[in-house]
Amino acid sequence: MGIRTLVAMLFVSLAVIAVLATQATYRLFLPGLLQGAVLTMEIAILGSLLAVIMGVLAALARMYGPAPLRWLATVYVEIFRGTSALVQLFWLFFVLPQFGVTLDAFLVAVLALGLNVGAYGSECVRGAIQSVARGQWEAGTALNMSRAQMLRRIILPQAFIAMIPPWGNLFIELLKSTALVSLITLSDLAFKAQQMNQNTFKTIPIFTLVLLMYLAMSLTVSIGMRLLEKRASLGLARGKAA
Amino acid sequence: MTEQPMVRFDNVSKRYGALTVLNGLNLEIARGEKVSVIGPSGSGKTTVLRMLMTLETINDGVIWVEGEPLTHMQQGGTLVPANLAHIRRIRAKIGMVFQSFNLFPHMTAMANCIEAPITVLGMKRADAEARAAELLDMVGLSQKKDHYPSQLSGGQQQRVAIARALAMRPKIMLFDEVTSALDPELVGEVLQVIRQIGREHDLTMLMVTHQMGFAKEFSDRVCFFYQGKICEQGPPGELFGAPKNERTRQFLHAVLEAG
Ligand SMILES: Nc1ncnc2c1ncn2[C@@H]1O[C@H](COP(=O)(O)OP(=O)(O)OP(=O)(O)O)[C@@H](O)[C@H]1O
Ligand SMILES: [Mg+2]
Repeated sequence: MGIRTLVAMLFVSLAVIAVLATQATYRLFLPGLLQGAVLTMEIAILGSLLAVIMGVLAALARMYGPAPLRWLATVYVEIFRGTSALVQLFWLFFVLPQFGVTLDAFLVAVLALGLNVGAYGSECVRGAIQSVARGQWEAGTALNMSRAQMLRRIILPQAFIAMIPPWGNLFIELLKSTALVSLITLSDLAFKAQQMNQNTFKTIPIFTLVLLMYLAMSLTVSIGMRLLEKRASLGLARGKAA
Repeated sequence: MTEQPMVRFDNVSKRYGALTVLNGLNLEIARGEKVSVIGPSGSGKTTVLRMLMTLETINDGVIWVEGEPLTHMQQGGTLVPANLAHIRRIRAKIGMVFQSFNLFPHMTAMANCIEAPITVLGMKRADAEARAAELLDMVGLSQKKDHYPSQLSGGQQQRVAIARALAMRPKIMLFDEVTSALDPELVGEVLQVIRQIGREHDLTMLMVTHQMGFAKEFSDRVCFFYQGKICEQGPPGELFGAPKNERTRQFLHAVLEAG
């Protein structure tokens, strides 16, 4: 899908929200839902940040680290990929306190979702690094660069571009799975919706607004990633333009 | 005292599993000597260059560069496999140009040429740029220094690759069929640059080539590889003019047939 289509969709979904808000039945729910949406966005952004850090670190550790680090990274990836985000949330929030470690619900949400998505992300970082042509490493070797220098200056900048689309998918996955945090007492967008629905039974206006809000958020992520991709591949694609 | 050879392959073997690619190779290259390597496909020509560039490990023997072992280091009077620091110290003397250019696609021609001088040699950016500008000028690309590889023709890319390798001030340059990926009309400009650096730089050169005419005119010595061994070698006049070995004759005949 072209970036223009995405922007148009974002514009339409925001416009529909605005139009619906002119009606009292919808306007009533807007402030509460927006409050929830802010929390959802906070968790999604911080979780994504953690996911990127963990994904890159785990991939580098698994590919180039010394044995203990490699082992640790593998254990991390397998555990967080092999169990569901819901179980991880519950474990951190309800089980950990039994061992004397009590974490704030918001922190648990960011940790669980970030670590979960980071485990998947490490695979896409690894794939992107491996997708860089072997000749690039060989050219670096012929210029007597160290492996760290090659990674930093040659391989990662090229891998970065290949990583952007899969990370975009992961960010959207993370955004959607923030709905799980309502199960550990956080008042995110999904929680607010359920709460209002139970109190008022106005299912149609509430969930229409919620749908549009999630859509607007994920479209924003998609657009951001497209712009990033475009920018990052500027040098590489220039040949065509010139 | 006779001068140290620049490069010496001492009984070097290379195997991939059960396949022996090079079998007890002995080859000495003198300082400043230009050596061409020819031979049929699969005879191990590329492998020789890749081993010298440390892109491949070797299974037997020792490679020496200016009297020092490259693949090994002296320890208590014996040779043990080299560590990375040792390899990098010796490898600094060697540069290589590849058939497929292998330029860094995310960097301009200029950035390609200053990357390693800055990160590896620790040169100041201004100095590295001045040096790179000289080299790009020498290969005829001063106008293209801000172009990305994707904006350059194959011949131009290969000339940038040559400038990039020279920017590290190697003593030995390796060329692996550097014109094979080029359209015929671009071959000349690259060979012209190689001729020029052969004249102007005090370089030892080892090149794998299918350009028999160029090998004949340019090199001091031609080595004919066959099944992982040097089957025949000598000055180009002799090897091309009066090959002694039947295999060499067959190969040259086949190459000439093909045009
Ligand atoms: N990584 C590898 N694994 C297994 N076999 C290999 C590998 N690299 C090279 N070989 C084999 O080693 C032999 C020599 O290869 P090499 O590339 O040195 O030949 P060459 O003389 O350069 O041939 P060409 O003229 O086709 O470039 C070939 O039989 C090749 O298949
Ligand atoms: Mg070859």
